[in-house]
Amino acid sequence: MSGPSTYEPKTGVERWLDQRLPIVRLGWDSFVDFPTPRNLNYWYTFGGILTVCLMIQIVTGIVLAMHYVPHIDYAFASVERIDRDVNFGWLLRNIHANGASMFFLAVYLHMLRGLYYGSYKAPRELLWILGVVIYLLMMAAAFLGYVLPWGQMSYWGAMVITNLFGALPLIGTPITEWLWGGFSVGNATLNRFFSLHYLIPFLIAGIVGLHVWALHVPGNNNPTGLSIKTKADTLPFHPYYTVKDGFAIIVFMIIFAFFVFYWPDALGHADNYIEANALVTPAHIVPEWYLLPFYAILRAVPDKLGGVILMFGAIGVLFILPWLDTSKVRSMRYRPLGRWFFVFFVIACLGLGWCGAELPDNKVPVLGAIGLNFLWLGRILTLYYFAYFLVILPLLGFIEKPTQRPASIEESVLGKGKSDASASAAPAE
Amino acid sequence: MTDVNSNPETGGEEPSRRDFLYIASVGAVGVGGALTLWPFIDQMNPAADTLALSTTEVNLSALEEGAEITVMFRERPHFVRRRTAQEISEAAEVEVSRLPDQLARNANLEDSAPATDANRSTLSAGVDEGVEVDEALRSAMLVTSANCTHLGCVPTEGAGDYDAWFCPCHGSHYDTAGRIRRGPAPENLPIPPMTFISATTLRLG
Amino acid sequence: MKMIQRLLAAAAGALALATPAALAAEAGHHPADYDFSFEGPFGTFDRAQLQRGFLVYQQVCSACHSMNQLHIRNLGEEGGPFYSEEYPNPNDNPVVRAIAADYIVEDGPDEYGDMFERPGRPADRFPNPYANPQMAAAANGGAMPPDFSVIVKARHGGAEYIRSLMLGYDYEVPEDVRIGPGQYYNPYMSGGVIAMPPQLQDGLVEYADGTEATKEQMATDIAAFLAWAAEPHMEVRKKMGLMVMIYLLVLAGLLYAAYRQVWSNVKH
Repeated sequence: MSGPSTYEPKTGVERWLDQRLPIVRLGWDSFVDFPTPRNLNYWYTFGGILTVCLMIQIVTGIVLAMHYVPHIDYAFASVERIDRDVNFGWLLRNIHANGASMFFLAVYLHMLRGLYYGSYKAPRELLWILGVVIYLLMMAAAFLGYVLPWGQMSYWGAMVITNLFGALPLIGTPITEWLWGGFSVGNATLNRFFSLHYLIPFLIAGIVGLHVWALHVPGNNNPTGLSIKTKADTLPFHPYYTVKDGFAIIVFMIIFAFFVFYWPDALGHADNYIEANALVTPAHIVPEWYLLPFYAILRAVPDKLGGVILMFGAIGVLFILPWLDTSKVRSMRYRPLGRWFFVFFVIACLGLGWCGAELPDNKVPVLGAIGLNFLWLGRILTLYYFAYFLVILPLLGFIEKPTQRPASIEESVLGKGKSDASASAAPAE
Repeated sequence: MTDVNSNPETGGEEPSRRDFLYIASVGAVGVGGALTLWPFIDQMNPAADTLALSTTEVNLSALEEGAEITVMFRERPHFVRRRTAQEISEAAEVEVSRLPDQLARNANLEDSAPATDANRSTLSAGVDEGVEVDEALRSAMLVTSANCTHLGCVPTEGAGDYDAWFCPCHGSHYDTAGRIRRGPAPENLPIPPMTFISATTLRLG
Repeated sequence: MKMIQRLLAAAAGALALATPAALAAEAGHHPADYDFSFEGPFGTFDRAQLQRGFLVYQQVCSACHSMNQLHIRNLGEEGGPFYSEEYPNPNDNPVVRAIAADYIVEDGPDEYGDMFERPGRPADRFPNPYANPQMAAAANGGAMPPDFSVIVKARHGGAEYIRSLMLGYDYEVPEDVRIGPGQYYNPYMSGGVIAMPPQLQDGLVEYADGTEATKEQMATDIAAFLAWAAEPHMEVRKKMGLMVMIYLLVLAGLLYAAYRQVWSNVKH
């Protein structure tokens, strides 16, 4: 979408720089004059929110690393020292720990937005795939980071996740020992997890750069799913979307700050305030909330290797999603059937999260009366999760009759509400 | 920046209200951002546990005349020396006006106190209530930082022009009161805050 | 869009269902509700209560329970039980110095390489009653008394759990719970079986402020003290949170007004 650049260097210094390193021009074309669909709603502000999340995690993380000690004898105490003795240490750690949850909250809404409006479909397949790569790296970073405080959940979480690789035939044991640097999770494991936890965010930042690049080639998708046809469909990014994103970021910050200052341990687990003990496993091991759906999928399969394959498959299927959805229409707004399957998909994801938090043999409230326990609920929902991608979306494109779509983004805007004299005016350049 | 005023879609009405909103928003973001920086800067300052360890107690009873020990105080070495009568008189005879640095550099005294031998020795130290300390011991004891005021090396004991301390790094000579006499170091070796908490125990800090 | 709103409502409902169920699965009896002064967004610690609670810790709990992450100076730091504006540096605080001097601390090595014992100083950690975890377990019939530094954060129910547990020894043992030798029934403990004998009796300690040392009073005070020990900066956290919230709400209002202004003449 980026047409000819409208950047005009005004001073001699800007001209000198522009001829050698047109970085100001890049920034101008990407974040000031970038033509953006005029109908983006608040679900489209999560990209900006996520950028802020990443920056917060990196900055607080670098600062925490100045005080944290990656050694099994000192890790727990060093985290306590951060909370107690380091100036503002409690604040920085609360931000970093809750920031991970906020990051995932935003990324899930961002992904569901993409699923609903068909943002993964051509020509944005690579944009979507880069996003899934970022999501994978986020999960790795979050898991590694959760190990660092060296509490009971840190230790046993690390034990359970690394043991997943033991499911691989033949190479299982060598791989897990290679991951541990020993015969179990130990000091070598903690030390390398710290190193990798520090590395991954910078990989994420790099791929975010590619993600934004891949976004700026075709331009934003929008709630109608229609491609941009004329200038009248768009507005310059600044000031329209800088101020809208800015407002959304601050609203998000209010939620973030509520957790940091008033409910800092709500999203964590009490057992992680007990120092790691290789002899005692907590009664009920659960991952952080954002990994619960995958945990439920893992447990849905009675076979170790099968569970691991299915769990990774749940993310793997996202990579081929652009080619599984056969519909000609991007946005679910014009897909009367697809929209309902999407609603059930969201319910299935939440339900899987619920199953992941419960013991498999516990009865489901209400439905327990007919003998349904969380293991079976998890199995049913897992089935739907995969069916949505592998059966429903591929077939629906042939069966479903999309509803009438507006001719253009501009028309969709004009069509819904009071008329406006200046609405058709082209934005300034 | 896009000039909002030239934009046909936003220009025109209520310029003062609009300007106020922009200035107030940008100002609020700026102030908030600046305040947010402080925790990130302050976290690098010494933490509460480090500050709490900032006192050291030295037992002087085992020190004989002419003996010297080095103790750690606030993570830095400090010379604790019980000087001989000759060392004291050598230091006391020097006129302050002939010293390169004429200030005592003593945390127990005012910044402007002159670098006399009495102002350098533990005669300047505080004494806790009810404690009596031998006057001769107080004038004999010298406690100074063991980091050369030039670039922080530890001077060698009993060397240099004054047979006191000589810094091997860049050739600074200190006298028997720890005062700089020759070489690149700009100041006398600083003296930490000290208090006698018993007749033979000196607390630093 | 309406549909997504409906979805969010459904999600909130699901979460509301999930949370108590998850808790009930792993804890024992739900701790009795108690209105601690430090609850809520503006709650603060009751200094006198913290001092009483510390006395209970010092005279009763500390015989078996360590508090490894705390230093004696913490008692005199801002927000602590014995903080005094006169002594911003807890090392100077006479009350804290006196408490510290009552402990015997191992230090060293001295100039001959020997370890030696000396009276405690505010900068020292609270001494551990046992030399190592093995000794702690061996002295207590195999059950190591847990460290108290963050016990309130490490247990569901927090301070209320501690209070209920201390008062939870008077229940009749249900038939399906088997109590072995050296074990006691306490419904607030997960599983109902606890190795710690009942500790509190009326009048066990003598409070300096004249408060009557009933079982209930001591259980409440120790729970409050441990809540402070787990998070000495809680008051600062809430105070700063209020400022941050006000700032963010004002900024959100400004930005929303600016947003409306910028978009006022555009159809979208």
